[in-house]
Amino acid sequence: MSHLLEVQDLEVKFALRFGELTAIDGVSFTLDKGEKLGIVGESGAGKSVTGFAIIKLISKPGYISAGRILFNGEDISLYSSTKIRSVRGDRISMIFQDPMMTLNPVFTIGTQMVETLKAHRDITKKDAEKIALEKLRKVYISSPEARLKQYPHELSGGMRQRIIIAISLLTDPAVIIADEPTTALDVTIQAEIMDLLQELCQSGEMGLILITHDLGVVSQVTEKIAVMYAGKIIESGSTDSVVNNPLHPYTKGLIKSIPGGVVKPGQRLEQIPGMMPNLTAIPDGCSFNPRCLIKDKICETEEPPLRELNEGRSVACHMIQG
Amino acid sequence: MTTKQPILEIDDVVKHFDISGGLLDRLTFKGGKPALKTETVKAVNNVTLSINKGETLSVVGESGCGKSTLARVVMGLYPPNSGRIVYNGNRIDNLSHGKMLPYRKKMQMIFQDPYASLNPRKTVRQTLEEPLRFHNPKMSNTAIMDKIRKVMDQVGVDPGWIRRFPHEFSGGQRQRISIARGLILDPEFIVADEPVSALDVSIQAQILNLLMDAREEYNLTYLFITHDLSVVQHISTRVAVMYLGTLCEVADANSLFENPRHPYTKALLSAIPRVGETAAKHIKLKGEVPTPVNLPTGCVFHGRCVNANDRCRVETPILTDLEDGTHVACHAVEEKRAIA
Repeated sequence: MSHLLEVQDLEVKFALRFGELTAIDGVSFTLDKGEKLGIVGESGAGKSVTGFAIIKLISKPGYISAGRILFNGEDISLYSSTKIRSVRGDRISMIFQDPMMTLNPVFTIGTQMVETLKAHRDITKKDAEKIALEKLRKVYISSPEARLKQYPHELSGGMRQRIIIAISLLTDPAVIIADEPTTALDVTIQAEIMDLLQELCQSGEMGLILITHDLGVVSQVTEKIAVMYAGKIIESGSTDSVVNNPLHPYTKGLIKSIPGGVVKPGQRLEQIPGMMPNLTAIPDGCSFNPRCLIKDKICETEEPPLRELNEGRSVACHMIQG
Repeated sequence: MTTKQPILEIDDVVKHFDISGGLLDRLTFKGGKPALKTETVKAVNNVTLSINKGETLSVVGESGCGKSTLARVVMGLYPPNSGRIVYNGNRIDNLSHGKMLPYRKKMQMIFQDPYASLNPRKTVRQTLEEPLRFHNPKMSNTAIMDKIRKVMDQVGVDPGWIRRFPHEFSGGQRQRISIARGLILDPEFIVADEPVSALDVSIQAQILNLLMDAREEYNLTYLFITHDLSVVQHISTRVAVMYLGTLCEVADANSLFENPRHPYTKALLSAIPRVGETAAKHIKLKGEVPTPVNLPTGCVFHGRCVNANDRCRVETPILTDLEDGTHVACHAVEEKRAIA
């Protein structure tokens, strides 16, 4: 069976003055119709670059140096910058972190929604507005007719993010990539936005890639999860099994270091020593080895491949048997 | 050790910010006659709170609820419009700069953004040296260097890096240096305003552990300001929940998380995404947070509350002590008619 979206051995490099820097190093995953995938990692792990690479939003000096991105069986990484527009923002849309930065402050919501539709469809302004209203209702915006005439600064953060979701829905995309969609929002609003994203995927038509640093959010929304560290996926599988039974020492440490999780209040949190390596100085062997508590000699010299242990569950660690 | 002796009392503090602008902005016409209007942001409204020695009191709330303003009023960075701040029995909010100095030494603040709160043109040594020299002019150079090295060791920054500048450190290490700056004068009381919000999860754990270790070592009292409820549950002994400049609930951390009383606290707690929980049952709040320029009458939460009735719309609830030490400002809880 072919997947809706299949990323194979994706590699993204940045050509900098002092040499090349590998931001994404051999990332592979698949997304099916109606599936919700979470990509988790700390800042600098390469999760956002992965999202950008899928719709060819990597700008110079960065470039996709290897790998394939199959969307409906076609390799969209080979598309020209003009041709990719039939996919980017149309079949695959993206939601960004900061709703104030994404919306243009000098145009009304209506103008921006109509503009988006006109860029992708041969459509009259009237019809475009009709679709815009329908999508605004879908994301539970109250009095949508009035909103079309408003400017972004007149709306609250949560409302703006809803409007961005509505814009991303305008073309009925097959995949939505949401890059930290709730990081800039308060918890109660975050909960509403997450409920909304989940509801939108319920029809089973749309796939969602949720990029976030928050394991709590991922475990509530997604079915599949990929944990990234220093440009690689180090563990993947169903959200349930990864969160409740993490295998990789990094995933384990990450889950134990979250307050309010497995650790009792007031006790010391389990901490992972050190920090993520700079991409210019990734250690030899396993990139996690300087911070790892269970490492062996082999970890310092040989890079562990991402091995499949059982159905859908993979981990990249020498010290895990099976 | 937590004792019942309060180290800091916040007594009926009000802080409003004038946003009326210049003369022409304020000019309006009422019934044909010119009048000047005044607009204020009501950031903190009649907050009364006391912090006992040795405890960690967290103030939680969403953005714009006035928690950071409250912290700054406590530290004397903003003068309150009315009300008092009492430190160890002495009123400190109306002191002159000179008389405030001994208190500044005992009270320190740690800020959210370690990138913005360290001077980029000062080395670690200069940053840590300045408060020591200012408050202890007679201290010898060797004593100062010894103290700096000791504190750097404590916060986990290699004392060999003393000549480095902030840009040479990562976010987590910068926050350690900010904490070192807070600890270097051996304070009694620390206000930490979102100290871990800008950090990654694994670094956040390191800094929270460091703050808890420092609490033991120096016998510190913390006023912890944060929006992250998981962090609150982990680090605090007591929690105060703020909404729109008003306290809605003050309770022991355990009882607050096990048995939240105020409808806003309930909604807030239900919204925390927890690892390993799949089905989320969020309590949905209707509407949005009103602007602090025009506060609602009565209970500030009534427009979004499921329990709101006519009394809530008119009468402002005050914090009342329930039997178990929990203080709640809610008519519905008081009348035992709360449904959610």
